[in-house]
Amino acid sequence: MRRRTKIHINPKYVLFACLAICIGLVILSFRYEERLAPVKSAVGYVITPMQKGINSIGSFISDKLDNLKNISELLEENEQLKEQVNLLSYENKLLRQDKYELNELRELYELDQKYLDYPKVAARIISKDTNNWYTFFTIDKGTRDGLAVDMNVLAGNGLAGIIVEAHYNYSKVRAIIDDKSNVHGMFLKTSDTCIVRGDLELMEQGRIRVEMISKDADIYDGYEVVTSHISPKFLQGILIGYVSDIRLDSSNMTKTAYLTPAVDFEHLEEVLIITELKEQLID
Amino acid sequence: MKRFIVYTIEIIICFVLQSSLFHYISLAGVMPNLILILVVSIAYMRGRLPGLLVGFFSGLLVDLFYGSIVGLYALMYMLIGYLAGYANKIYSEDDYTLPLLFIGIGDLLYTFFYYVFEFLLRSRLNLPFYFIKFMLPEVIYTIAASVIVYKLLNGINNLLDRKLKQEE
Repeated sequence: MRRRTKIHINPKYVLFACLAICIGLVILSFRYEERLAPVKSAVGYVITPMQKGINSIGSFISDKLDNLKNISELLEENEQLKEQVNLLSYENKLLRQDKYELNELRELYELDQKYLDYPKVAARIISKDTNNWYTFFTIDKGTRDGLAVDMNVLAGNGLAGIIVEAHYNYSKVRAIIDDKSNVHGMFLKTSDTCIVRGDLELMEQGRIRVEMISKDADIYDGYEVVTSHISPKFLQGILIGYVSDIRLDSSNMTKTAYLTPAVDFEHLEEVLIITELKEQLID
Repeated sequence: MKRFIVYTIEIIICFVLQSSLFHYISLAGVMPNLILILVVSIAYMRGRLPGLLVGFFSGLLVDLFYGSIVGLYALMYMLIGYLAGYANKIYSEDDYTLPLLFIGIGDLLYTFFYYVFEFLLRSRLNLPFYFIKFMLPEVIYTIAASVIVYKLLNGINNLLDRKLKQEE
């Protein structure tokens, strides 16, 4: 026979106990954030492989669905693209000649190719945050592959975010469109600095905010913003996006503008991580 | 003991689905909150104590994996689980409409708490914007998803009840 020992505890006491634990944990995580990292790693070690599996099933299904939906559109597009290919391959030839010339000139002037020379590692995005408010995502590489906190994450040709947590086999990345993200930027043409700040209210328009531009800055719509030399964490000269709607603030001291990121965050699947950290000032 | 194992598996499955697969079925950038459905359903079916504990542990899991402040999600899910546990008094095995209402209220509470803790405290005061763009769609989508999920969870619960009764 089954042994049945019914213990009756008033749920109220359990509630108070758990409440105390929660509040304790909140205080603990505020004060000793780094102590909790091993616990988080252990949880991630178990959960990450599962997410990877489910994720591949999910992308398989959604790929298949998309395939069916788009087949007629694709045929039409194919025609147009073929024409474009012809045109572009011609242009490409011209450009390649130009590039050859450019390389030679660069060698002549001994210019540094900064951006291209950073060592990079590719990773796949395996999960995103569980709620609708934030834009963190998890990638399938971690300290095992030489990643560390504060490394810059690129996608395509622009800045996507920064690693905020690095664990053994996964890392967490905060996108630059996140509400809590702040990046020191700089206008490529005029070298005016600014701050690029994520904003949830603008996210669905696909834009983020640019603040603290000097009022004398001679900038116009469509100018490129790159990461600035004064940024403590971001390497210099990575493309962030293009500005638009520049306005003078009511204080008459600074300008504010919107920025369209160079990265398409809606369809992000693979990212590149620069495995070089910006050198920190040590006093 | 059996019940405990089943709950653990349910929590892990919900969490993994929520964080990986559900991004593919999100509409207009909003996805249903599966973990909340689980917490409220168990609280409604089993009472305050199970609701409280399931809420606490699934919240803790989310915290450890995604939260920057450990304990916040656990607190929110736990309180919602406890409150939803009061609804257990009017639980009936084949009522499929009432739990949807509780899940809706639960999700509204959850999103509101979330707004207060993570946005209001950083002086983002535009509540109507957040309400229309994030809270309302999430609540509606969650209720829609819970039509199926609740039925499934209720089925598992009934099966478990019968199994345990047979053993006695």
